[in-house]
Amino acid sequence: MKSLQRFWHRNSPQLFLGELLEKRWMEPIIPFTLTIAVFLAFALTIPRYTSLGNLQQLMFNFAEQGMVAIAMAFSVLSGGIDLSVGSVFAMSNFLALYFYLILGLPLPVMIVAVLAFGALMGAVNGGMIAYGKTRPFLTTLVVLIIVRAAYNKVTAAFTDELASINSESPVWDFMGGGTILGVPTNMAVLIVVAVATHFFLTRARPGVHIMAVGSSRKAARHAGVNVKWALFSAYVISGALSALAGIFYAARQNSSGTDTGVGWEINALAAVVLGGISLAGGRGTIARAMMGAAIIFMLISGMVQTGISGNFTTATIGIVLLIAVGFNVKWVKNKGKVLQKVYVVPSWVDFEPPPSIARDSGTVFAENDRLRDAEPIALNQIEGPEDIILDRDDHLYTVNRNGSIIRFRAPDYTVREEFARIGGRPLGLAFDRDQNLLVCIAGMGVYGVKPDRTVFKVTDRTNRTRTRLKDDSRLYLADDLDVAPDGKIYFSEATTRYELTDWALDGFEGRGNGRLICHDPATGTTRTILKNLTFPNGVCIAHDGKSVLWASTWLCRVYRYWIATEKAGTCELLIDNLPGYCDNINRSSDGNYWLAFVGLRSPVYDLAMANPGFRIRMVKQIPPDEWLCPGINYGCVIKFDDKGNVLESLWDPGGTSHPTITSVREHKGYLYIGGLENNRIGRIRLPNADPGWEAHKSYWGAA
Amino acid sequence: MPRGAEAARLRKPSQTMAVLAMCVVLIVVFSIGLNGFLTVGNLLALARNISILGILALGMAVVVIGRGLDLSQVASFAASTAIAIIIMNAGYPTGLAVLVGLVLAIVIGILNGFLISVVEMPPLLTTLASSLAVLGIIRTTAVQHYVVYLAKGHDDFLRIGGNLWNGVPVPILIFGAAAILLHLFLSRTVLGRSIYAHGDNPDAARLSGIATRPLTMMEYAISAGIGYVGGVVMIAETALMHLQVAESTLIFDVIMVVVLGGVSLVGGRGNVMSVLVGTLLIGVLLNGMTIMDMDVQTQNIIKGLVLLVAIVLDSYLHPRDEETSKQGD
Repeated sequence: MKSLQRFWHRNSPQLFLGELLEKRWMEPIIPFTLTIAVFLAFALTIPRYTSLGNLQQLMFNFAEQGMVAIAMAFSVLSGGIDLSVGSVFAMSNFLALYFYLILGLPLPVMIVAVLAFGALMGAVNGGMIAYGKTRPFLTTLVVLIIVRAAYNKVTAAFTDELASINSESPVWDFMGGGTILGVPTNMAVLIVVAVATHFFLTRARPGVHIMAVGSSRKAARHAGVNVKWALFSAYVISGALSALAGIFYAARQNSSGTDTGVGWEINALAAVVLGGISLAGGRGTIARAMMGAAIIFMLISGMVQTGISGNFTTATIGIVLLIAVGFNVKWVKNKGKVLQKVYVVPSWVDFEPPPSIARDSGTVFAENDRLRDAEPIALNQIEGPEDIILDRDDHLYTVNRNGSIIRFRAPDYTVREEFARIGGRPLGLAFDRDQNLLVCIAGMGVYGVKPDRTVFKVTDRTNRTRTRLKDDSRLYLADDLDVAPDGKIYFSEATTRYELTDWALDGFEGRGNGRLICHDPATGTTRTILKNLTFPNGVCIAHDGKSVLWASTWLCRVYRYWIATEKAGTCELLIDNLPGYCDNINRSSDGNYWLAFVGLRSPVYDLAMANPGFRIRMVKQIPPDEWLCPGINYGCVIKFDDKGNVLESLWDPGGTSHPTITSVREHKGYLYIGGLENNRIGRIRLPNADPGWEAHKSYWGAA
Repeated sequence: MPRGAEAARLRKPSQTMAVLAMCVVLIVVFSIGLNGFLTVGNLLALARNISILGILALGMAVVVIGRGLDLSQVASFAASTAIAIIIMNAGYPTGLAVLVGLVLAIVIGILNGFLISVVEMPPLLTTLASSLAVLGIIRTTAVQHYVVYLAKGHDDFLRIGGNLWNGVPVPILIFGAAAILLHLFLSRTVLGRSIYAHGDNPDAARLSGIATRPLTMMEYAISAGIGYVGGVVMIAETALMHLQVAESTLIFDVIMVVVLGGVSLVGGRGNVMSVLVGTLLIGVLLNGMTIMDMDVQTQNIIKGLVLLVAIVLDSYLHPRDEETSKQGD
């Protein structure tokens, strides 16, 4: 039972769900599925629904409604609404017939004139809404009534002429009933219009301005967008597209009835909302409007084909609209909250009781005061020195929270200078053979600084995990790195699911979200070598250069990954069940390794790690400052040897001057201490250490 | 700044007075220009014609003062009066039938209010969609064809739509009574003042302890309830309910009356007097157009143009911040 639970929590489907919700293509997937479902439902219930003839007929009937839906989409994306599309469509239908067949104007002239009429109606709407500051809904509603009344009047006046029209023009007939490669002409035009408007809204400046005004009027104004003009143009385009639909409808039907275009604005609105275009404006695409239109169209035409009364269809459209709008409003408002609730998926981690750290316990971890009197360097001149490193000339380099590398000049480290400013949050540091300072930067990747201070990018992406939904090719949280003798850079990425600011959330998850990555400067390739690691943190090449030591913070373990010898490519556990959460590992002068503890384990937190349900409730139900957290108000550093035996520990009890130690670096008989949140770098004299040892020599030899 | 704003407000004429002046001008022009306008018979007919519109506008005013809009008012009274007629025809007591219709109307109103206040949907879309849904449902279930006739033998009921002994139409009296009651409610009760507070600034109203969600439901229930009274008067006059009234432009006449009179769409402005003045103006206009023998479509075009002017005027007199306004308005 317990192993089953463990399995469930370690492979929770919620993980998939959380990453799914993050995907941008998730929003249109609902209308997309619905479109397919409605189509399949009618394909199964109506005989010969999928026959070529029927499909062609459906496309003929759909095209104009699709254009009207795009017209509606324009106004809704601009943050308003255009209810006049139905009546402008009807009036354009009449005008097309009137100009072309009754007045006998040439076809191009007629098309231009009718489009101009649509644009004019749009200009009336847009003029009042953008420049007169009226409400879009009411304004366009009134325009709808006026145009509709005018339409009824003129069609009544020209009943006889309209009844007797017939066209001899093959072009006109082709527009109405022809096909291009089997696709009806009007459908082909709809496709062209849809693609064109899509590119207009996403790639062209005026279109992007419309979207910007729709998503935030104020932000658009502050960004220098001409808000009124953008709104105005959206309505003009909306009117012109409705007119275009009217022209094709006229070519197809050659008639202008009393019910032409009645209720089309409602259908278009339902289509747009159902497609998931937000009524709040600015969110949505033309493709989604098309999907919504297809759903509404198939529903209505399918109901007609199955013989359901028109009243029932009206009720259905009304109810569908209510549900779609209600869902839309709630979804827009709560999506972030849902994602937040679903995203954190704690795993199940079992711990054994750690070795005692009590002062009188006699273990190697027994608390002492050896770090208490560390001499402060750069006190209050540095913010969060996560890692520190010293070069051949004894200068001290460290990282600062504001994204810069700070250098303190030897010998007394009182002169502070900004060595390089890269940005992001720099973390782990290492020197390569050529004295380039390599640095892991959270949110950016791995960068380097040459001795002449020029900054260069080492790598910011690795190969993507194909089986995973989330695109993990970009480096999220590169943490620490080291350089192997052959020049390859090994670095850890702590987690691929959270930003640096949310590192604690990754801790609550306790899942293998991180990875160990290798970059080869010789070929310029970056490959992930180990994945699903639980917060891999410190990385250090062993003294013999044949393996990489890396620490897993949340599992309190140190691993060894072989890069040479016959075991190359395998990973083995070196130290298990440490009493603290491991951070950076660095070489010591006596052939051993220093390891920093960022925090200490506590029995309560260990218990919580074996209870994912508890952690889910904690994250969901109480505010972050009430959360149970790993104890990070301690300062502790240990030393271990090549076989994984812990040799000694150095303590700053209570972390008064060095809490949350993330890095220790030995240099010429001194031990330098850095912390993620600290305001200083500490230094203590190591009594038994080789006073001439420096890491650079240990890595690259005396030269 | 406050002094300047105060001065600006003083310089702008009160909309109610402006409309009243327009009314007077229109009456004078029609009296001179149109034969048969200034006769007792025509004025009584005018009074009869505007009373239903006026009653509906009173209901709509409540919602608009609360910064909403109820496009489903006509559909909801059409549906509920149709049900009332069916129940009357089935032989149940008239009072019971009218009561059932009223309850139905109020339920529709509360549902609208629920969707708007709790689900937080835009009022215009909600009521537009709900009117479609209500009409569709009523026509698939109860009323197969557009018209429901009231069976013979309900003379007492029909008296509501008749005249008093000296020719004064009863509907105008109902309109008057409704106007007085609503005026007292809006100006003298806590709930009435709360509606103003709600329309003036919904967030401030909520923060100062007014339960705005139940209040919204009440506003839409009142709109539907008063609308139902108008519907009852309508069936008492004609002895039938034609469901196509819900597809006509009646609802826009109602909005026009409300907005023209000075009940601004930004909410919290206007009062019963505004509705009376607006009703009078529209009534005179419609009456004059009818005497001029204009067809319905021309009337619609003219009404639409007047409404457009009213909307532009309203947004000029009562500007709103469109950067913070709710979408779907």
